[in-house]
Amino acid sequence: MFRKTLFPSARYLRTVSSPSAKLLSTTTRNLCCNAEAPQRLPTSQADTLMDIGTRPLFNSDHDLLRQAARRFFTEEVKPHMAQWEVDGQVSREVWRRAGELGFLGMNFPVEIGGNGGDFLDASIFIEEQGYAQSSGPGFLLHSHIVMPYITRYGTPEQISRYLPDMVAGNKISALAMTEPGAGSDLQGIKTRAVRDGDDWILNGSKTYITNGSLCDVVLVAAVTDPDAKSRAHGLSLFLVDAGTKGFNKGKKLQKLGLKAQDTSELFFEDVRLPKEALLGTELNKGFPQLMQELSQERLCVGIICMAWCEAMFEDTRNFIRDRKAFGKSLTKMQVIQHKMAELKTSICVARAFTDQCIDLHTQKRLDQYTAAMQKYWVSDLANKVAYDCLQLHGGSGYMLEYPISRSYVDMRVQTIFAGTNEIMKEIIARSIVA
Amino acid sequence: MSMKILVGCKRVIDYAVKIRVRPDKMGVVTEGVKHSMNPFDEIAVEEAIRMKEAKKASEVIAVRCYSTIQQETLRTALAMGADRAIHVEVPAKDCENLGPAQVSKVLAALARREGASLVLLGKQAIDDDSNATAQMTAAHLDWPQATYASKVSSCDGKLTVTREVDGGLETVEVSLPAVVSADLRLNEPRYATLPNIMKAKKKKLDKLSLGDVGVELRQHLAVVAVSDPPTRQAGVTVDSVDSLIEALRHAGRI
Repeated sequence: MFRKTLFPSARYLRTVSSPSAKLLSTTTRNLCCNAEAPQRLPTSQADTLMDIGTRPLFNSDHDLLRQAARRFFTEEVKPHMAQWEVDGQVSREVWRRAGELGFLGMNFPVEIGGNGGDFLDASIFIEEQGYAQSSGPGFLLHSHIVMPYITRYGTPEQISRYLPDMVAGNKISALAMTEPGAGSDLQGIKTRAVRDGDDWILNGSKTYITNGSLCDVVLVAAVTDPDAKSRAHGLSLFLVDAGTKGFNKGKKLQKLGLKAQDTSELFFEDVRLPKEALLGTELNKGFPQLMQELSQERLCVGIICMAWCEAMFEDTRNFIRDRKAFGKSLTKMQVIQHKMAELKTSICVARAFTDQCIDLHTQKRLDQYTAAMQKYWVSDLANKVAYDCLQLHGGSGYMLEYPISRSYVDMRVQTIFAGTNEIMKEIIARSIVA
Repeated sequence: MSMKILVGCKRVIDYAVKIRVRPDKMGVVTEGVKHSMNPFDEIAVEEAIRMKEAKKASEVIAVRCYSTIQQETLRTALAMGADRAIHVEVPAKDCENLGPAQVSKVLAALARREGASLVLLGKQAIDDDSNATAQMTAAHLDWPQATYASKVSSCDGKLTVTREVDGGLETVEVSLPAVVSADLRLNEPRYATLPNIMKAKKKKLDKLSLGDVGVELRQHLAVVAVSDPPTRQAGVTVDSVDSLIEALRHAGRI
């Protein structure tokens, strides 16, 4: 089974020499570099679960990138997290820095302003944020949720207007779907966009919006045809710039975790939008547009949770080495040893599945059912791992100065956002019984 | 200016790794241990690239002298912005004998071969702490040297180098061609960004043998034994200065 996933099928190998090889250049890069796969250990055999140089999915160029990403999070993000948690948001500077170092929009073509890598490169940056257990910056949403909507469905003018600045970290983006009255049931949203000549008038409110306070542009889901045969046929997406008259950002929401994330409410009161604000050219395509990109969104959340599990495990391993009780190190106690064995096993098993999903997605072969499985499984696991690792820390685990306590609360929302795990099970069930 | 800069890159055990002595007590465990570029060499690479960006140099060539395994050190240098790389291959069995005496000969030969005007090295490698390669290379080339550089500026065929020495900071002027060794505070090495990592794949990485550079390896030193430093013993509290002096005398310290 590994052979099929890690060594792409012959179909891809044959297309390498075709005229469209340039388009496939990112895929061929993976094919060439997979030659290193046999020498790369799976995480279960490495010294630590976060070692650079492991996992057959990656090659030594990826290791260089990973080193750079790890350095960025260690030197420029982690040290500021405590202050950002007090502020309720990260600094604009860290966004600009991430942009400057080429970490945003990594897998978009250079021609449209991206950094020219592929999803595998992008997943490295997502993972490193998980390894750093630093939930503050909303890079994932910006690069892997909003940017794909713009590049896939936007007009060339919209792409050139937003993408270069977004990749540079000068424009921070957000996605406004959820409303006070509609979360999982997206079709229940009430935000309305009404035609007024060539313009649109937008009215409504959104809540729980990641990057809500800092955002310079927000992609808003609004009803454009209330009489459509179903709500799914009457939604559209609009690009709204911060500062537009009538668009107000509400207060930052006080959350249990993700405290450095500027999650806010957004209010739209008679916001006049030019016709160019409609994403793309076709009206009422919002729902299918949103659905298309959700697999990636879910996988990205699953990727960061997976890395977080590994980081929590390693933190705990270091803690139990140093901590003594009853005259000996915690590592000498069978109860602790067995707990760690259980944790490592679940984590390594989930890691194998996650890497399979990353590989599938890099080849554009990931379906929504598998993505849903990965998201639900790993976010559930992340909560179990957080709970057990906190317990293993004893009293220290309850203290905010230890990363595990922050991670414990940060993991709690992973089973809820990007689609609740209940919705994930709805989706998966369709692949079983439909 | 068409100055070519040669930068030496050594692959060493990563600074964060806990070193363990081999069971045969003839070295440390390197198998399966994380390695990376010597931090001082990264600083040297960064300085060379900055000089090129400031148009003081035309080409930065990263060089490494070791067996073929593990090319990521040179690839890191290329990803940071070096123009091309040279790997002088040494048979694996001879690698244990590679020390400053041997490497400096190789670097000198390469500098002549490539027509470099500046050889930039890290002041020392964090594995052997020899702090000798730069000095020996300068001697082989009969070039001036400026070691422990914390600031380098170039003007009209000369380099003004601020050196961090025990007594403080010393500023010297050396005429090119010269050898400079980088100290910690010279600069902060840049990140390898994705676009640069991708560009690095297209850069030239030449492989040369010792014969190509006309160097014969001769072993000057033999390792007798390697052991852990002695574990720290408990101290003794003394109650007066006289007792202290007596204890020091007794221990043969004064």
